[in-house]
Amino acid sequence: MDITVNILLTIATAATPLLIAAIGELVVERSGVLNLGVEGMMIMGAVGGFGAGYLTGSPWIGLLAAIAMGAVFSLLFAVMTLSLATNQVATGLSLTLLGLGLSGMMGTSFVGQPGERLPNLYIPVLTDIPVVGRLLFGQDPIFYISIALTAAVMWFLFKTRTGLTLRSIGDSHTSAHALGIKVIRYRYLAVIFGGACAGLAGGHLSLVYTPQWVENMTAGRGWIALALVVFASWRPWRVLAGAYIFGAVWIGQLHAQAFGIPVPSQLLSSLPYLATVVVLVLISRNKRLTMMNTPASLGQPFVPDR
Amino acid sequence: MSADHDGANLLEVRGLTKIFGTLTACDHIDLNIAKGEIHALLGENGAGKSTLVKMLFGSLEPNSGDIFWNGEAVRITSPGMAKKLGIGMVFQHFSLFEALTAAENIALSLDDGSPISSIAAKARALSFSYGLPLDPDSLVGDLSVGERQRIEIIRCLLQTPQLIILDEPTSVLTPQEADKLFETLERLRSEGKSILYISHRLEEVKRICDRATVLRHGKVVGHCNPREETASSLARMMVGNEVKAVVRAPAEGIETAQPLLEIRALSRKPATPFSIPLKNINLNVRAGEVIGIAGVAGNGQGELFESVSGEVLQQDAASVRIRGKDAGALSITGRRLMGAAFVPEERLGHGAAPRMKLSENLLLSRHATDGKVFVGAGGAVKSGAVYAAAQRIIVAMDVRKSAPDPEAAALSGGNLQKFIVGRELDRSPAVMVVNQPTWGVDAGAAAHIRQALIELARSGSAVLVISQDLDELFEISDAIAVMHNGELSKPLPIAEATFEKIGLLMGGAEPGHAEHTLETA
Repeated sequence: MDITVNILLTIATAATPLLIAAIGELVVERSGVLNLGVEGMMIMGAVGGFGAGYLTGSPWIGLLAAIAMGAVFSLLFAVMTLSLATNQVATGLSLTLLGLGLSGMMGTSFVGQPGERLPNLYIPVLTDIPVVGRLLFGQDPIFYISIALTAAVMWFLFKTRTGLTLRSIGDSHTSAHALGIKVIRYRYLAVIFGGACAGLAGGHLSLVYTPQWVENMTAGRGWIALALVVFASWRPWRVLAGAYIFGAVWIGQLHAQAFGIPVPSQLLSSLPYLATVVVLVLISRNKRLTMMNTPASLGQPFVPDR
Repeated sequence: MSADHDGANLLEVRGLTKIFGTLTACDHIDLNIAKGEIHALLGENGAGKSTLVKMLFGSLEPNSGDIFWNGEAVRITSPGMAKKLGIGMVFQHFSLFEALTAAENIALSLDDGSPISSIAAKARALSFSYGLPLDPDSLVGDLSVGERQRIEIIRCLLQTPQLIILDEPTSVLTPQEADKLFETLERLRSEGKSILYISHRLEEVKRICDRATVLRHGKVVGHCNPREETASSLARMMVGNEVKAVVRAPAEGIETAQPLLEIRALSRKPATPFSIPLKNINLNVRAGEVIGIAGVAGNGQGELFESVSGEVLQQDAASVRIRGKDAGALSITGRRLMGAAFVPEERLGHGAAPRMKLSENLLLSRHATDGKVFVGAGGAVKSGAVYAAAQRIIVAMDVRKSAPDPEAAALSGGNLQKFIVGRELDRSPAVMVVNQPTWGVDAGAAAHIRQALIELARSGSAVLVISQDLDELFEISDAIAVMHNGELSKPLPIAEATFEKIGLLMGGAEPGHAEHTLETA
C-alpha cells in the first residue's frame, strides 16, 4: 500500500511543474501568441528560485523570486514579439537558448550547495488518515497551487467576459482590433502570466522536486509542457489529465530503468513525445472540435494600422 | 454651429486627410450627415471610402482635419470611443469570430458586463423585431454569409448608435435579402437614426439614399441627390469619364457546338468543417459560349473552382472533362496542357506570387504550356522572351504600373487582375474558367476584362465565369446557373433569366428549372 501511495506522490510531484507551465502557456496561446521559450523561462525560474532561497534562507522568498524571474524573462519576449512584431517562433527559440545559457552562468556559485525545500503541508489528524491523508493533505504547497490554478484558468477562460475577450483575440486579432479591443495589452498580460507560471514551474523543480541547482535541470520539461498544450487541444482540464499521464510515463520510465528492464532509456524518455504525436493524430480526426478550440491567429504577428 | 433644429448635422467632417507613405488616401474630405438621413458614400475601389470610414470609426488616425459630432469638435481615437459617441459600424470584411457563437460575438462588442444569456435573449428579440431572425447560440463558422451579416447588424443596433456606417453591405446578399435590409434601413431612418451607406451599386443608392457624396482619388468630387441622377450620371461622377458599355454579340450555332468543358456528377466532401460539400454537379460549356455561375459567397463556388482547375483532384477522372478527354485526375499543369486556363479568385498568393516580378509570374504559370518559347536548351529560362511576353500583356490589357517589370504586390488590385486575366487570354485557351473576374476592379477596367472574355468565347472557346456580381453575369453570360449550398441549378438562357428568378435560386428556391435536384434527392 505504502509503495502505491509513494508512487502516486512521485507522479504528482513530477506532473505539477508540467501542469503549471502548460496552463500558463495555454493562456498565452489562447491569446494567439506562441511562446516557444517555456524551457528558457522555466530554467530562469529554477535558478532564480534556488538562488533567492539559498541566499535568504527562505524557500518562500525563493518561490516568489522564481515567479518574478519567469515573468520578467517573458517580458523580454513580449517586447520583442508584441511591440516590435518579431517572428514568434524565432524569438521563442532564442529565449530558450538564452535562458539555458544565462541560468548556467548565474548558477555557477550555486552548484553543489544545499538548497531550501518548501515544506510539505501537514495538518494534524487529516494528514495522518491512512492512504488518502498524504495524497490529499500532505503534499507540497505548489501542488495545491497547480490544481487551483487549473480551475481558475478554466473559470476565467470560459465563464468571464475577459476570458471571452482573450479567446476572441486568439481567434482573430484583426476582428478584435476592429471592435476596439486592446489586442496588444491583452497579449502582454497573457505572455507575462505564462512567464510567471513557467517561472513557478521552474521554482518547483529547484525548491521541491530536487532542492538543489544543477545546470539544465529542467531537462526538456518546458518542451513537454508545450506539447501538452497542443495535446490538450487548448483545453485546461485536458492539460491536467495530460500532465498526470506524462508525469506517470516519466516516473514509470525511471522505475523501468531502475529495475533494469531491457528497454533503451532513450526510447522511454521519448515516450511523452511519442504520446503527443499519437494523440494529435487521434484528435485531428475530429476537425470540427479542433477548429473550435485552436486559436486561429496563433503565432501571427499583429501590427495594427494606424 | 447653428442652433439645434430639425435636420441639423449629426456629423460634420472638415478637411480630413490621411496619408499612407506617398499615397494620399483621403485628401481634405468634407462631409455632412444630417439627422435621420441615409447618406451614400460613392466611389470606385481605391477612392478612399474605406479609409474615410475607418477614421470615423477610430480605427485609423487622420493626419489632419476636424470631426464635429453634434456640433462639437471631437477626436475619435479608438473604436471604443466611436461607440461611446454613438457611431456603429457594419464591416465589409466581417469582423466576426468564427469559433465563437453569435451571442458571444455580440457580447464582445458591448461594454456592459451583462451575462451572455441575457445578451442572447436581447439579440433574439431585437433580431425578430427587425425581421432578421437569428439564433444566438449558433456557431458563426456554421452560418452563411447573409446570416453573418445579420449578426453584424444586430450587434451594431444593440449599441443603440445614432450613426450607423454600412460598408458595402449588399455585396454578399441575394436580391431578396437586400430588400429586407433596405426595409430595416428605412425603419431606422424613421426612428431618427442616420446612416452612412457605402456602395458601388448605383441602383440601390438611387433607391434608398437621400443624399450622396462622391469620392474620386481621395477627393470629394461632388455632392448630389441620387434620386435626381441617373445611374450613368452617377457612374460618370465616380469614374470621371464615360464608361464604355460592354457589347455582347449573340452567340451563333451554339446548339450544335462541341462541349469543351464538361462537368459530370462532380461531388466533393467538405474540406474543412466550415466549408461546403459539392453535390452532383453537372454542366457543359460549349465552344463559343459564356456560362455564368451566380450565387451568394460561400455556397461552394470556391470548391467548384478548385475541382475544375485541378487545385484539388477528383477520385473520378471523368467528373471533369476538357475537350472530350477525362481531366479529373490531372494536376493544374496537366489541365493547362489540354488547353484550359484558370483565373482564381485570390490574386495575391493564388493568381500571382506577391514578391515576384510580373514576368516571373508569367513564367510560373506558363513554363509548361509555352515551354518552347520560354525555356531553352538545358532548362535555361529565356528571360528576354518572357519579358517581351509580359510587356505584350501589359500593353494589351492597359496595366498601369510604376516600374517596367514591378513585383506583383506593387500593383493595385485592379491592375494586377488585368495582368492575370491577360496572362491567360494571351494563350488563347480553348477553355477559360474565371472566378470573380472583376472583383475590386474599377469600372473602366472591368468593362475591358468583360469584353475580352466575350470575345474569347466568340472566337470559339468555352468560358465559365463564377461571379457574385449579378450585373456582370447579365452583361456577359449566354446562360446563368446558380450555386446554392453546394448544388448547381440548370443554366438558365439569358433571354429567360431575370434578376428575380436568379435571386430566388440564390436563396435556395428551385422553380421549375432544376429537375436535377430531384434526381439527387
